[in-house]
Amino acid sequence: MPRRTDLETILIIGSGPIVIGQACEFDYSGTQACRVLREEGYRVVLANSNPATIMTDPDFADATYVEPLVPEVLERILDEERPDAVLPTLGGQTALNLAMDLSESGALESRGIELIGAKAEAIATAEDRERFKQAMVEIGLAVPASGTAHTMDEARAVVGEIGLPVVVRPAYILGGRGTGIASTPEEFEHIASRGLAASPISEILIERSIAGWKEFELEVMRDRADNCVIICSIENVDAMGVHTGDSITVAPAQTLSDVEYQQMRDAAFACIRRVGVETGGSNVQFAVDPRTGDQVVIEMNPRVSRSSALASKATGFPIAKIAAKLAVGYTLDEIPNDITRVTPASFEPVIDYVVTKIPRWAFEKLPGADPRLGTQMQSVGEAMAIGRTFPESLQKALRSLEQGRGGLNADPGEVAVDAVETERLLDEVTIARPDRIFALESLLRRGVSVERVHEATGVDPWFLDQMLAISEERAALQAHGTGEHVLTRLTRTDWRRAKRLGFGDAQLAWLLGVDESAVRAARLAAGVEVTYKTVDTCAAEFEASTPYHYGTYEDTSEVEPSGRDKVVILGSGPNRIGQGIEFDYCCVHACFALADAGYETVMVNCNPETVSTDYDTSDRLYFEPLSVEGVLNVIDAEQRSAEAGGGRLVGVVVALGGQTPLKLAGSLPPELVLGTPPASIDLAEDRDRWNSLCARLEIPQPAGGTATTLEQARVIVERIGFPALVRPSYVLGGRAMEIVYDAEGLESAWAAIAADGSLGREGGLAAERPVLIDRFLEDATEVDVDAIRDHTGEVVIGGIMEHVEEAGVHSGDSACVIPPVGLSPETIAVIEGHTRSIAEALGVEGLINVQFAVKRVGADGPAGSGGQVFVIEANPRASRTVPFVAKATGVPLVKVAARVMCGATLAELRAEGLLVEPSAGSHVAVKEAVLPWSRFPDVDALLGPEMRSTGEVMGIDRSFGLAFAKSQLAAGDRMPQSGTVFFSLADRDKHVGLEAARRFAALGFGIVATAGTAAYFQREGLEVAEVVAKLQRAEGDPEDGLDGVELIEGGRVDLVVNSPRGRGPRADGAHLRGAAGRAGIPLLTTAAAASAAANGLAEWITEDLQVRSLQSYHRDPMGGSGTGSGTGSG
Amino acid sequence: MSTTEAAIVLADGTTFEGEAIGADLPGGVAVGEFVFNTVMTGYQEVVSDPSYAGQVITFTSTHIGNYGVTPADDEAPTVHCAGVVVRDLARRRSNQRATGDLDDYLRSHGVGGVAGVDTRRLTRHLRDHGAMPGAFGTAAEQDLRAAAATAQGTDGQDLVARVTAVTTTVHPSTTGANRRIVALDLGIKSTIVRQLVQLGEVHVVPASTTVEDVLSLAPDGVFLSNGPGDPGAVAGVPDTVAGLLGEVPIFGICMGHQMLATALGGTTHKLPFGHHGGNHPVRDISTGRVEITSQNHNYCVDPESLEGIEVTHENLNDGTLEGFRSLRAPAFGIQYHPEAGPGPHESRYLFARFAELMDAGR
Repeated sequence: MPRRTDLETILIIGSGPIVIGQACEFDYSGTQACRVLREEGYRVVLANSNPATIMTDPDFADATYVEPLVPEVLERILDEERPDAVLPTLGGQTALNLAMDLSESGALESRGIELIGAKAEAIATAEDRERFKQAMVEIGLAVPASGTAHTMDEARAVVGEIGLPVVVRPAYILGGRGTGIASTPEEFEHIASRGLAASPISEILIERSIAGWKEFELEVMRDRADNCVIICSIENVDAMGVHTGDSITVAPAQTLSDVEYQQMRDAAFACIRRVGVETGGSNVQFAVDPRTGDQVVIEMNPRVSRSSALASKATGFPIAKIAAKLAVGYTLDEIPNDITRVTPASFEPVIDYVVTKIPRWAFEKLPGADPRLGTQMQSVGEAMAIGRTFPESLQKALRSLEQGRGGLNADPGEVAVDAVETERLLDEVTIARPDRIFALESLLRRGVSVERVHEATGVDPWFLDQMLAISEERAALQAHGTGEHVLTRLTRTDWRRAKRLGFGDAQLAWLLGVDESAVRAARLAAGVEVTYKTVDTCAAEFEASTPYHYGTYEDTSEVEPSGRDKVVILGSGPNRIGQGIEFDYCCVHACFALADAGYETVMVNCNPETVSTDYDTSDRLYFEPLSVEGVLNVIDAEQRSAEAGGGRLVGVVVALGGQTPLKLAGSLPPELVLGTPPASIDLAEDRDRWNSLCARLEIPQPAGGTATTLEQARVIVERIGFPALVRPSYVLGGRAMEIVYDAEGLESAWAAIAADGSLGREGGLAAERPVLIDRFLEDATEVDVDAIRDHTGEVVIGGIMEHVEEAGVHSGDSACVIPPVGLSPETIAVIEGHTRSIAEALGVEGLINVQFAVKRVGADGPAGSGGQVFVIEANPRASRTVPFVAKATGVPLVKVAARVMCGATLAELRAEGLLVEPSAGSHVAVKEAVLPWSRFPDVDALLGPEMRSTGEVMGIDRSFGLAFAKSQLAAGDRMPQSGTVFFSLADRDKHVGLEAARRFAALGFGIVATAGTAAYFQREGLEVAEVVAKLQRAEGDPEDGLDGVELIEGGRVDLVVNSPRGRGPRADGAHLRGAAGRAGIPLLTTAAAASAAANGLAEWITEDLQVRSLQSYHRDPMGGSGTGSGTGSG
Repeated sequence: MSTTEAAIVLADGTTFEGEAIGADLPGGVAVGEFVFNTVMTGYQEVVSDPSYAGQVITFTSTHIGNYGVTPADDEAPTVHCAGVVVRDLARRRSNQRATGDLDDYLRSHGVGGVAGVDTRRLTRHLRDHGAMPGAFGTAAEQDLRAAAATAQGTDGQDLVARVTAVTTTVHPSTTGANRRIVALDLGIKSTIVRQLVQLGEVHVVPASTTVEDVLSLAPDGVFLSNGPGDPGAVAGVPDTVAGLLGEVPIFGICMGHQMLATALGGTTHKLPFGHHGGNHPVRDISTGRVEITSQNHNYCVDPESLEGIEVTHENLNDGTLEGFRSLRAPAFGIQYHPEAGPGPHESRYLFARFAELMDAGR
């Protein structure tokens, strides 16, 4: 059955912003789908609100809509583009839910549009847990006993029948949000009511808890001729009870006999057939009772998922790509296997290695969050590693996480866990937490039996025994003693045994008490060097044409000689808050640009969710930890390949993958670092040298200094005064950054940064990594600039972004707008001038990001206008905002930068047509951050200098107001169009807040406020309908009536504007914000955002909703019906 | 854990290092034809499959032995393979079905092996240079080298005679079906018997059983089993099959399929490194459906050497013949293993086809 010819235009729905449970795996799958369908000759329309994605690059679709993923916007896109079909199975739960909305509302049927990949009926069967279970029972598959409830009374009745413990899951929720295990009636009451509130249809499933069972997942594909194959089996190291996204998982499954595996395989096929997923990929989760072998089906996703991305990277079988082809009518046997080229895709990959995936969490950034792992996913990213054996892949995966750990202990990080007394540790490990794996090894190393650890944790004895093998090898190594002389005593056999168990050189160095470089030298001298094997889908049965490699310690390496000029690009590792998909975008763009320019591209990365780790993004892919050892090994191998083939290793790109590769730059041969020299990177980070550079350039900076002790910090603050901004150097995402208003605040901020604070594990502070302390500029507007400088000295300004929130909110968490709407041409000229001179002074070759603060001059002028410009910091590397700038302006900044780093000049690239002028239309683009508050109800939903957002969206429209309104809608905050706005503002925000309140009032909103805010508003002549108390009553509060929390929880307000008070306890505000979060009421925490929202709303209510593709904005900048007001600089 | 160094030397002189596992070998040396198998589960079924007689099995999957062994998964009472090569042998088993460890199992069956080997390098070598004889063990390298130089492959050897049953065994039907099937044991797997007894009473008879003796049992159908080695070297069986053709419905699997083809005048040739695994796609030409199949053969039937047949199944990886039926007699053969054990279950419909064929002949 060849491809369908009755379809012409296909709409692919993306997954929107990166959120917990839905990350860049859907950029990977969507990008593959776009590419494949265009190759097949279809016209591809893409809708995705996330500008940091690769898929929203205008090159990947015929029409790209960076628009909010909500039904009414999608309908406008359907009208605009008239697609024949919608493919919803590659954009995660977001796309699936949207497709269901459009299907149920008749929006698809009335337009004659077909859903391909999965029909509405199939989606409903898989997604509605009760229907799913009924369907499974119908085909004879076992499921855990369960019932559904829509009220608490129903819930109590169900649990009465099943008995405790039970798992409670809300219906139609991704990533297990609102899910929990209840073992007591009290817990049940709490979890069930939370679940009912979380479910959009107020439905929860209550089911028998099978916590402690083994958990497995099978990735299934089916074509329209009903051929089914399993792509990969995955076994969780963590037993049932921990969300699979929060579990350490291993492929292939390790503890199932063929009899059990085939039974599971049969069940997976029966499941996909019964659910009715006609084509594409699905995953089916199973639990197995380790005592009896009983198998039950847990759930299935009728779409490509996070596990599919993992399975694709783990096997080399591109599930999303094949799923897209199946959706348009191909059958598996008609599609060739990319890797072997000679065999078809209708087969089941076999692998001759072990893949381990470990999640990465961000609890350290979310004070107050409970770091227990459960049925609700909390991780923000993951690392994957490939080794020939489980111990090797486990240790590689642990160091790939970049949390300062060398592997499974045997590093400085183990000291803390080793210090815990055994009985207590055994007790602690009964609850899964991010660090549990290290505790398991510590226990085994102390001689606690595998049985006992298994009993405490449910982790299968086979996995534990494999960890024990690591411990035993460590003991054998330590028996040699410590010091340089040991190195000569270790034989080839000793080195090889240790390396084959996955020990990194850094771990060996720590165990033997020597330097890592000495270990490397001794090991290489003993003849033990890394070998690279190939991921080929077939365990070497057929020749692979795809150089997708992983490092291991075997006899022979499979890296082929190459005669080309090659460039190594270092990726950004696991997603984390502060470093995510935007850097993958940068690395992928570099690959594309350098490949177009004739280079052989070599990618090194360890994040299975990404486009960069797709084997056809680069010419060669090394799936390896981004550690010094990992990268040096790849460089050696590639240099050897070049020598053997007559090629040349041109260099290594470190400036595009965020902080991860940048930190490695100093350990690489300097002549190989492309673009801005490492010395300049250091200069920008070294406070003293940076200060003198700014002084020389006569660029004002906020007063400040550096400190490595609290005493030094105090001296600096005495000089510069409060408030002060305190931040560690060499971190991304404002890690541990704080604004302090008094001596007490300084002390507590210091405690967090010092060695035993939360930052300690990431390296802590040291003389070479001091703490930076600056005077914090209040009432200033922050401005971000991305620019490129080439080696001739020409500088191109990529974009100037004005932040919506005032300085003090991390730039990653702040909304920002291109072009700036509140900066005068004079100010912009000053900013551009400073950017150029800094780039020149640093000798930048490639990208640079400079942050400025524009201090308001005079109390009444709008922020930024005619203000004084201070430089905050400069980073000679790709910034988080580069993809947004590229999408807003149409200039492929990273492609240009990658070429510049390899020696091209901007003039040459302009002549080539790569460097284009920014589209000069009247459109405005707003980037808004997406925050994980709903996942962490106990964390205060407050913006500050430490970044907490997981993702971003872009709103683009003909005016700032409309673009801002779109950005809010895309971020999931649907602004009310009428009703009541509740204000509670800090004094310094009352002035700006008043303007916002006036606008809301003019739009017909009622205004309520807490006493202080109300008094100010009333004094300024604004009518306040109701004055309420905060939680703690203060002077001036009304004596009776509702307090703010009660008002919010009672659903009496439609929007909450609460800005934190600059000093003193923040508890009151926290209660208000918490209440808004629980009640699902939109919350704005800065007066500036309220002001922007009021502006946007004014236009949103009166103007027509318009959608427009990026291609149209950039190709035809003046086109459309842009009646832009308030745009441009002014 | 104490380990004893061991090595592998192939006939072409290529060597691999590792540690000894399983039984201690007489003189520290064993020889056999080295092949690789890509299954990710089912090592016990593979090791105990009589079709591996004379062969040293290299598992491409790295961790072998994880879920132990159980008598329920034995494909034959005796292990006939010449050795086992793995990257990593489990130190500890973990599965509720297990009654023992793979290492002990190998030891008790007198089978030796090597662990810790760069099995991917070995696999690539066999892929590029073909399955080849070789030696392994704990003996000194020159002894292994000498053994490897004289080691024989399976070509030209009648290995069926070595593994077939000496007496007839009767297996009652498990479903009450009243058909009678005579299964010619060329090295039959237990899983096949378990499939056949669902169709009727099964008489498993030695490979040397004559046409008359088979027919004297008044079978509804004759089954030709899997078996080891070179089909061209198997004495007598093709004549027996020729004598049965047209007299009674016949179904052959693997070696049985090759015997049927030989009886019909066909020829076989040796594949470079054979098909050993559980993931080969095969198309059932009559329905167009693709099935993922369990495979274990080094030789394959030349379809153009056969007349009066219809090709029913083809391998989608390399286009080789996977199944045919005779247009002149009620007989069909399948090259792969529809019974699974180990492997996918979707080809078991072929046993139903056999039942239909038997019923049509009644």
